[in-house]
Amino acid sequence: MGVTTKNLLVNFCPDLFQAEVEETLKRIQSHKGVIGTMVVNAEGIPIRTTLDNSTTVQYAGLLHQLTMKARSTVRDIDPQNDLTFLRIRSKKHEIMVAPDKEYLLIVIQNPCE
Amino acid sequence: MQTQPVDKSLGPLPSHRDWGATPASREQEERTQAAGTMEIVYVYVKKRSEFGKQCNFSDRLAELHIDIPPNPELAEQFMERNPVDTGIQCSTSMSEHEANTERFEMETRGVNHVEGGWPKDVNPLELEQTIRFRKKVEKDENYINTIMQLGLIMEHCVKQNNAIDIYQEYFDDEDAVEVTEEAPSAKTINVFRDPQEIKRSATHLSWHPDGNRKLAVAYSCLNFQRAPEGMSHDSYIWDLESPNRPETVLKPSSPLVTLEYNPKDSHILLGGCYNGQIACWDTRKGSLVAELSTIEFSHRDPVYGTIWLQSKTGTECFSASTDGQVMWWDIRKLSEPTEVVIMDITRKEQLENALGAISLEFESTLPTKFMVGTEQGMVISCNRKAKTQAEKIVCTFPGHHGPVYALQRNPFYPKNFLTVGDWTARIWSEESRESSIMWTKYHMAYLSDGAWSPVRPAVFFTTKMDGTLDIWDFVFKQCDPALSLKVCDEALFCLRVQDNGGLIACGSQLGTTTLLEVSQGLCNLQRNEKNTASSIFERETRREKILEARHREMRLKEKGKAEGREEEPREEEVSINLEELVAKAEEEFFNVIYSEMKRKETEALKKPTEQKQSPEEEAEEAEPEVQGQGEDEEEEEEEQEEGPEETPH
Repeated sequence: MGVTTKNLLVNFCPDLFQAEVEETLKRIQSHKGVIGTMVVNAEGIPIRTTLDNSTTVQYAGLLHQLTMKARSTVRDIDPQNDLTFLRIRSKKHEIMVAPDKEYLLIVIQNPCE
Repeated sequence: MQTQPVDKSLGPLPSHRDWGATPASREQEERTQAAGTMEIVYVYVKKRSEFGKQCNFSDRLAELHIDIPPNPELAEQFMERNPVDTGIQCSTSMSEHEANTERFEMETRGVNHVEGGWPKDVNPLELEQTIRFRKKVEKDENYINTIMQLGLIMEHCVKQNNAIDIYQEYFDDEDAVEVTEEAPSAKTINVFRDPQEIKRSATHLSWHPDGNRKLAVAYSCLNFQRAPEGMSHDSYIWDLESPNRPETVLKPSSPLVTLEYNPKDSHILLGGCYNGQIACWDTRKGSLVAELSTIEFSHRDPVYGTIWLQSKTGTECFSASTDGQVMWWDIRKLSEPTEVVIMDITRKEQLENALGAISLEFESTLPTKFMVGTEQGMVISCNRKAKTQAEKIVCTFPGHHGPVYALQRNPFYPKNFLTVGDWTARIWSEESRESSIMWTKYHMAYLSDGAWSPVRPAVFFTTKMDGTLDIWDFVFKQCDPALSLKVCDEALFCLRVQDNGGLIACGSQLGTTTLLEVSQGLCNLQRNEKNTASSIFERETRREKILEARHREMRLKEKGKAEGREEEPREEEVSINLEELVAKAEEEFFNVIYSEMKRKETEALKKPTEQKQSPEEEAEEAEPEVQGQGEDEEEEEEEQEEGPEETPH
């Protein structure tokens, strides 16, 4: 019941919720150590990004493939399972990917060390 | 070329496994065929002049050279088989071919994704269109929901990262601790038994200086004049690999009490004899004595300690004996000692006052000092380089109640030394001359020998007269030995640790030498052990010094008080006290006796009359005893007090 009302509201007054989305993304970006945030759709088009276009497109393309691979790996091992989050820690920073069917939320952070 | 019928018997001819034979030799063939050899020979002859000529080929009609008709008789050797099993396969016939493809070159290339997959109607280069598209997507309901969800998860992880470093290495800076948790243990590896029938005790052991693969054992009977008739004087050198037979036999004229390898020259051994002589062997020369000191100038008692000195020539040594003398020798000239020092602590060099030396100690890092452990229980520290004889004796340590059987400086801290005697082992410091700084408790059996471990400064070994070997580790435990092993049933007389600290040899009363191996924990230097051991030594030394100082103060005070009092009233007081004591004691004594008598009488009344007489007799006997003992009361008490102080030798 609560969800349908929310959907209705979103349809009727999307601005409210859009503002929320904005706020969420801004909040994530403001955390300590976060270098960049981006939202990419399934085709690799960057919807929202705080980095420059070329970097974003690069990240989008590569991470999309990687996420697909990771998801398929998890599901192959156990079909009941699904990928919820992907974290890649490298020497310089950590890339975090929150996958969804259509969109990818990617955050690059410098962990505290 | 003509084919000629050549007889085989004419000589060796090239035999070709060829078709063709001359008709004349067909008979031969038939014969050979009949024999079953089937050797067909074709022979041709060529003139010498024709050698090397070119081949002239020509056409020729076919000629039949050989015709072998079938021989039906042979068929009788075979049998027809019916039915016959054969495998067949109904499949496509295949043939195997190999093919090698051409080398295929591969290259790895990356593709730079410049733009995402924009839908066809949007031109990625036009900013307006892209913005419009984006805005459209952002308005999408699905988008909003999704982002809210993902945002939550993402935030959680971002915060997590900020909160803690999940890849932090803990305990990075600590080194891998070698924890030797294993309990100390030792096991017997080998036993060397005295092959002689009349068993003698193994009184001294010495390890071979190079490689420690040999052990020299001195055998003798130390019981005074109780050496059985026909006891052999021989001592042996054992090879660790062969415990059944000694490798070398050393034949002295009198049994050896001590035996030492020369640390510089592993062929030379020094032995101290029971009759006081010093003997020297060279294992290359055989088992008879190479050099022997003259009886007149030797010791008068068995030689209990012999040690090689660190000299350039490697031929100097010194010996000590219970006759009270310490003599220095050069083995090249054993007829007379180079120097003699008498262990007279009153410094008057009187042999009559001298203390018998039973153990000797010398550390090569302190070449002028040496220590002597005496039969009377004292340890004397001496300086060889002193100018006068009297100055040679530097100081004495009170030592033990009985002979000091072993004396050794700690190889890591030479200021501290270990002495073993009576029922304890004591550790001394040169600075503390009145008492030892550390000592073990009094054991049930005499301690016969002791040694420090050459690898660990806090470990030492002791042997007891009940056949046990104790391994002490005072960094680990101070009250008891870290390990106590019963090696054999008879008494152990001597002990020697190998240079690497891992093997211990101990000799017993029946001449059995046991070889033990200790666990790794006891022969590896523990972390921080040197510091711990040195701090223990220092602390104990300080404690002893403080106690000494206090004792001295107290003694001075008492002396002062005693001199202040008058003498006469002191004597009277003493006598009065004595009389009172006597009276009191007598009273108590009589009371006890009377009560006993009464008790016996009551018991006797209960029993039948026959036994009545005995308690009465006893009562009569008790009375005169009581009177006689009353006078000796005082003396008895005094005797009782002194009793425990005497120690039976």
